Amino acid sequence: MDGDINATAPGTTPPDSDPARKRRVHGMLKLYYGLNEEGKTVDQAESMDPCDINGPHFDPEVYLNKLRRECSLGELMDQETCMVKQIRSLDSDMQTLVYENYNKFISATDTIRKMKNDFKKMEDEMDCLSTNMASITDFSARISGTLQDQHAQITKLSGVHTLLRKLQFLFELPARLNKCLELQAYAQAVSSHRRARCVLQQYSHMPSFRGIQDDCHAIMDKLAQELRQKFRDGGSSAKDLSECVELLLQLDEPAEELCDKFLSHAQSRLEADLLGLEAETDILEFIDRGCNEFVSSLCLVIASYQELFVNRPQEGELASKNIPQMAIGKLHAFVDALATRYFSLVERRIQEEKSVGDNSLLVRALDRFHRRLQAVAKLLPGSAVPSQGTEIVVRAARERIKQYLAALQSFYLNSLTDVRQALAAPRLATGKDAPASLPELLSTLSASILNQIKSVLASVHLFTAKDITFSNKPYFKGEFCSHGVRESLVVNFIMFVCQSSRQFCESAGDRGGSTPPALLLLLSRLCLDYETSTITYILTLTDEQFLVQHHSPVTAVTALCGEAREAAQKLLNHYVKVQGLIISQMLRKSVETRDWVNTIEPRNVRAVMKRVVEDTTSIDVQVGLLYEEGVRKAHSSDSSKRTFSVYSSSRQQTRYAPSYTPSAPMDTNLLSNIHKLFSERVEIFSPVEFNKVSVLTGIIKISLKTFLECVRLRTFGRYGLQQIQVDCHYLQMYLWRFVSDENLVHFLLDEIVGSTAHRCLDPAPMEQSVIEVICERG
Amino acid sequence: MYQLYFVLQARALTSQTAESDAIRFLVGTQSLKFDNQIHIIDFDDENNIISKSVLQHQAGEIWHISASPADKAVLTTCYNKTSESRVVTCGAVWRMPPEWESGSHESPDDPHNSHNPQNLELLCHLDNSSHGNASCVLWEPMGDGKHVISLADNHALLWDLTESSTQATISSSATLEGKGQLKFTAGKWSPHHNCTQLATANDTAIRGWDLRTMSQIYCIENAHGQLVRDLDFNPNKQYYLASCGDDCKVKFWDVRNINEPVKTLEEHSHWVWSVRFNHSHDQLVLTGSSDSRVILSNMVSISSEPFGHLVDDDDLSDGEDNHQDEKTKEPLQDSIISTYEEHEDSVYAVEWSSADPWLFASLSYDGRLVINRVPRALKYHILL
Repeated sequence: MDGDINATAPGTTPPDSDPARKRRVHGMLKLYYGLNEEGKTVDQAESMDPCDINGPHFDPEVYLNKLRRECSLGELMDQETCMVKQIRSLDSDMQTLVYENYNKFISATDTIRKMKNDFKKMEDEMDCLSTNMASITDFSARISGTLQDQHAQITKLSGVHTLLRKLQFLFELPARLNKCLELQAYAQAVSSHRRARCVLQQYSHMPSFRGIQDDCHAIMDKLAQELRQKFRDGGSSAKDLSECVELLLQLDEPAEELCDKFLSHAQSRLEADLLGLEAETDILEFIDRGCNEFVSSLCLVIASYQELFVNRPQEGELASKNIPQMAIGKLHAFVDALATRYFSLVERRIQEEKSVGDNSLLVRALDRFHRRLQAVAKLLPGSAVPSQGTEIVVRAARERIKQYLAALQSFYLNSLTDVRQALAAPRLATGKDAPASLPELLSTLSASILNQIKSVLASVHLFTAKDITFSNKPYFKGEFCSHGVRESLVVNFIMFVCQSSRQFCESAGDRGGSTPPALLLLLSRLCLDYETSTITYILTLTDEQFLVQHHSPVTAVTALCGEAREAAQKLLNHYVKVQGLIISQMLRKSVETRDWVNTIEPRNVRAVMKRVVEDTTSIDVQVGLLYEEGVRKAHSSDSSKRTFSVYSSSRQQTRYAPSYTPSAPMDTNLLSNIHKLFSERVEIFSPVEFNKVSVLTGIIKISLKTFLECVRLRTFGRYGLQQIQVDCHYLQMYLWRFVSDENLVHFLLDEIVGSTAHRCLDPAPMEQSVIEVICERG
Repeated sequence: MYQLYFVLQARALTSQTAESDAIRFLVGTQSLKFDNQIHIIDFDDENNIISKSVLQHQAGEIWHISASPADKAVLTTCYNKTSESRVVTCGAVWRMPPEWESGSHESPDDPHNSHNPQNLELLCHLDNSSHGNASCVLWEPMGDGKHVISLADNHALLWDLTESSTQATISSSATLEGKGQLKFTAGKWSPHHNCTQLATANDTAIRGWDLRTMSQIYCIENAHGQLVRDLDFNPNKQYYLASCGDDCKVKFWDVRNINEPVKTLEEHSHWVWSVRFNHSHDQLVLTGSSDSRVILSNMVSISSEPFGHLVDDDDLSDGEDNHQDEKTKEPLQDSIISTYEEHEDSVYAVEWSSADPWLFASLSYDGRLVINRVPRALKYHILL
């Protein structure tokens, strides 16, 4: 039946090549032999169709019936042929299989038989081997038993040998140490001794060992002595020295003492360096030498010291003594002491550096000084030395700023002296070489001061240059710029300028005007210029150059400007006062020294009046050089020709009306007073404005008021009055043009003539036309 | 503030020194054309009435006037006498007629009543024609009215007045020697040191004189930048002296240290012509100037009462005592109390009343006399 299944299933596919077919073949074989466990499931899956030729429930009868019922003859015929063909192929397949398997069974049976024979032989050989092994064991045990004794002896002998060698080493030790000593091979001696030391110590109760130990001690003492000597001599190189120290340490020399010795030794050398420094004169060389000799040897000392005492790996009992801490402590004290001395030297030297010419030298020196100290900082992290060094630099910078301020101040004063001389010169040597005019003097003065400030700023700026090591310290970034340079230097200088200018006002006022008025005028203009532009410029320049960040409150520009303006105002006021005084004095002398009662009829304007006008004109020119014109009230078209007359003024009429109308004195006096109520009060020494007209007005006011007061103290005759009339008319002709309000001149001159008339014994005034003629002639 | 006008211009003002009850000022006029007068100004403090009496001073225009400290009726003047085109300044001692008070009393509102003013009675001339023009006459302070000093050009003359002041004899004199024409411009007889010292001003210098030997004891050269116009002694501090001058300044000096003034005031805007310490409270200083202003200053820091008025502890109960302490601890500062601007012309003279320490008068050239009081607040501040 299986054959049938196989025959129907394949169809077109070739039977051998298909793995699926092969598996099925296997599966069927398994099925056939009942090996398949999965058989049941297969069974269940198979159809229960009795017509299925491959199914387990195949019923040939049903199948045949079905075929006969369903198929035609031809088909039956074909079916039959196909069936026969399939049965045949199945038969042949079965035959092949059986044959193959049979051969395999035969060869397997042969192999098993052969193996049985071989095993038997092997069993015999194994038995033989085991007996042999037993006898060998037996023998071996017997041999080791015999050799036991000899072995123990040998071990003992070898132990004795070692001991003897050690003993020999010990006995030879003194000799060897001596030899080492002779050869100065200290290291070897020390290491030898170290090896023997414990043993000797341990067996020191035995006399022979004790002898050795004593010898060794003696030798080692000597050695230590020599080492110490060498250490003390100090001529040896650093390497030698360090070796020395190392050996001494190993010899249980107290580390503290060694440190001290080492340091004291170094100290003597460093002090020699310091002594050498004192002789140096040039600051740069001084610092160079200080750096190269003192600081570098100090660094060397620190380095080697640390190498010796601090950084050395500690072994054995040395470790327990905490040497590094002690050593570091000593080192710090040592460095601090020396550095203090060095710093005091440096500071003294820096203080000697007074010349302010070239700052770069000092800055370079300080930079070098500071830079070299950084090495110390690296070597000795906790040390205060670098910060102290920085402080010295800071102090030096501060000192420098002070010096620069002093220099600026003296420069300013010198410039002023120059200006004074220049102002005095034209008078001494007129016309020789063109005397510098006021504006020129002003511009040179102001420019030279500005240049000086700039150059000082440039010098000071070196302190903050990028390549200078200390420039990035907080002091130089902040306080130095804002407080030091801006406040102490620039602001102080400006204040100084203002204050010294003011002093001119104060001292000169009482002691008879030693300051030339032109200087006052010039300084006033200078201060005014400072107020308007220069201060702002200088401070902006400073702020820009020094990138001033205002941590602390600084003087505001406006405050300084206010100061300058005040100074300018004061100077100008004083100028007015001084010039007014000069003219006043002329007028006063002229009034006081003349006998006005017995004077002759006026023919001319008095010379002093011409002088007054001349002086006023020259003052006008002088002020005009430095100050703007200023505003004045509109003039009447014929100011110079104004009929100036005692009589034309109704006020004057009433002023001395009592002489003519004694009947009603009270009324006229009242009239005069009422008139005064409406005229503005004249402030004589009042502050002036910064322009020419205001200045001139101030001077003329002072002069005329003096004239008035002097006139009131005198008594006049007829011609005295007339002379004053002439003089006043003359002044009127020329002075109106200088003042801001000509009415002021009119008013004061009216007062003068009025007062004169009042003080006149015989008040017979001169004809106006005559006055005019006299004045025009003069 | 009370004002009074004179017909004539005036420079000379003094309080009636010997009068301690009535508030009375004497003003001398300056006129070249009319007879000059001495006006006696009485101020009735209670009723606020000013009354004026006039005495004729026919000798000439008055430049300086000074009242005797001993006799109310006696005064001296310096006056200009014009004769034959010569002007000479003389000094004289006068007596007011006893009936002036009743006789020629007039109301200020009615000036035309003064038709027949009485004449001053001449006691004696301080005849110093050989010594030059007299600039001022000084009475011995607090004296018996027997000694005066006159300053004439460069001489200081000490006169003894005898026989009821009708005889004047020069007892001693001092002369200022030096280059040029030296002339005393002002002077003051010191009330301290038993009245043995005199201070004078010439040009810019202030000099001190010992009257016993008539020799110079100190000299402040260049005390002022310009002419020194007036001097006054601090009535309570014997070495303190005030001066004023053409440099617009008022300076206070300690004559023991003449190199520097103790204090300088610079408040006036023109020459300062007159300076006066208050007689009782020397922190009050009065100055008059040709800028037409009178300034009253409170110079506490250099006064004899630098910590305010000293009060005896007994006078105060405890509570008041504490209050007082607080008050005195207030920082006292020199200050300008007031600036009086009533005058229209230069003020040449200021004077405290001798009767009422809180009252003062100022006189300007246009003949206006102004009487003012110390501000009430300050008065109480000083008193309490």
